Amino acid sequence: MSSTKPITKTDIAHIAKLANLPITEKQTEALTSQVGVTVEYVSKLQSLPTDGVEETSQVTGLENVFREDAIDTTRMFTQEEALANAKRTHNGYFVVDAVLEEK
Amino acid sequence: MSTLIDLPIAELIKKIRKKEILSVDLITEAYDRIEATEPSTNAFITIVDRDTALENATAIDARSDLASLKLPGIPYVMKDAYLTRGVRTTAASKILDDFVPPYSATVHKRLKDAGAILIGKMNMDAWGHGASTENTDYGPAMNPWDLTRSAGGSGGGPAAAIAMRYASFGIGEDTGGSIRNPAAWNNITAMKVTYGRVSRYGAIAYASSLDTMGPTAKTSEDCALVLEVIAGHDPYDATSSAEPVPQYFDALGSSIKGKKIAVPTEFFTGLDPQIDALIRAARITLESLGAIVTDVSLPMLEYGVPMYYILAPSETSSNLSRYDGIRFGSGRDLFTNESKRRIMTGTYALSSGYYDAYYKKAQRARTLLRDAYTKTLTEFDAILSPVTPMMPTKPGVLLDDPVRNMMADLYTGLINIIGLPSLAIPCGFTKDNLPVGMQLIGGMFSESKLFAIGHAYQQATSWHTNKPPTLKE
Repeated sequence: MSSTKPITKTDIAHIAKLANLPITEKQTEALTSQVGVTVEYVSKLQSLPTDGVEETSQVTGLENVFREDAIDTTRMFTQEEALANAKRTHNGYFVVDAVLEEK
Repeated sequence: MSTLIDLPIAELIKKIRKKEILSVDLITEAYDRIEATEPSTNAFITIVDRDTALENATAIDARSDLASLKLPGIPYVMKDAYLTRGVRTTAASKILDDFVPPYSATVHKRLKDAGAILIGKMNMDAWGHGASTENTDYGPAMNPWDLTRSAGGSGGGPAAAIAMRYASFGIGEDTGGSIRNPAAWNNITAMKVTYGRVSRYGAIAYASSLDTMGPTAKTSEDCALVLEVIAGHDPYDATSSAEPVPQYFDALGSSIKGKKIAVPTEFFTGLDPQIDALIRAARITLESLGAIVTDVSLPMLEYGVPMYYILAPSETSSNLSRYDGIRFGSGRDLFTNESKRRIMTGTYALSSGYYDAYYKKAQRARTLLRDAYTKTLTEFDAILSPVTPMMPTKPGVLLDDPVRNMMADLYTGLINIIGLPSLAIPCGFTKDNLPVGMQLIGGMFSESKLFAIGHAYQQATSWHTNKPPTLKE
């Protein structure tokens, strides 16, 4: 792939939505320029020939690390511990915003 | 003025075991100094309550099995990226301002079991995103050597604390230089370990394929002692290595005569002349100790930063997606601009249509980078490199300039991409009395060798014994 097209405010608004990041109009402007500069800088990598080169996603050399499918009681939280840091709880449950709308 | 915390950790352990001193004495000294001088560096986010630390020290002093404890009563600090059960952990972000972890990182647990005493959770760039501890919601960490300059980052807090002699050692997290860069700027020593050498369980993730946990202290010797305690396989981290943990401390005395060290000429092109001169002087010292130092060509340096700033933001955009404010923490609106920038850059690089051009491309380049370094490290025991291309910066210099901020990781980020260990050690001062560090980079799991070279260098030099101006009385 050759040089990429510049990042626009519309792109930034779209990426922010994908990343679930609330951003203000003013931030959108700053981020358009800053993400743009960053992406332009890292695009320097395009000049490195990598045809036919395998990808490396990790360097450990480890593959398929398994453990017994058993319960480790030393790592179990009580319900109180699990909920201790939640801002909103109800009857021992986490509270989340509704994801489905009523018709 | 000489103090207990100036002493090597091994010597403190001996004194504590022989009851010549108490852990309580050490902890008292640490807190007295912190109370007298903070918040001059703003190194701490959370200071463990003095009474709690003293209680823990008293419990150690009362034990009859001190010989079986590897770090009895030794005070230490952790970057605030490690979960510590019952002690607030923020990653320097308001998102976790009131988060009290219900479990502990493996590293914390191992240190506690070894008898070490935690005294603080330290300032950092939020989530590890930065090189100057300015991208923090708790105010910037300042450099003990010049309080108008940055302590470095992302682990500026732990580094400043060691320079200030608030603790005997610190635990950092290095994703692209976060242990080494502040070590260089604070005149201390730090080991960025081989990927997988130390468990990442309970460490707040920045970029999972790059994150490494390691020690920082005054000397190579102290770092070796601490790494022996924290290294090794952990069933809770599937990427942790089963490779046996060597006796790093015992290997320190081995001669470096005949050790081959490569100096990549590319690394010195355009380098600040003062940093350049100090590393060249260090090279002569290493030669005088019997090392064979050779100029080599090691290509791809210019691709390290682009690769790092594709891989790290991509992985962080995924890792930080878990902060949804439901199970713990507050909302995503509280991410700083710098963190938003990294999350969005990563989201862009991973998005449909761009994945091949960025992420996949970087993963291919990673293979080439690894091949180049493997080749050099088959012929040489270590590579000598600068740590950072710049002096400690003034506020705003890095934070407001994305490209300059990326360049701070020029010599460090690429080492994380290929998982190699690297020891950062002090190698002198600029004319303005600002510390400069160098890196010794080795092959996978060659920490022992790097510690030995670093130790030999520190036996022949005294840079590491210099203390910040505010401590000289």
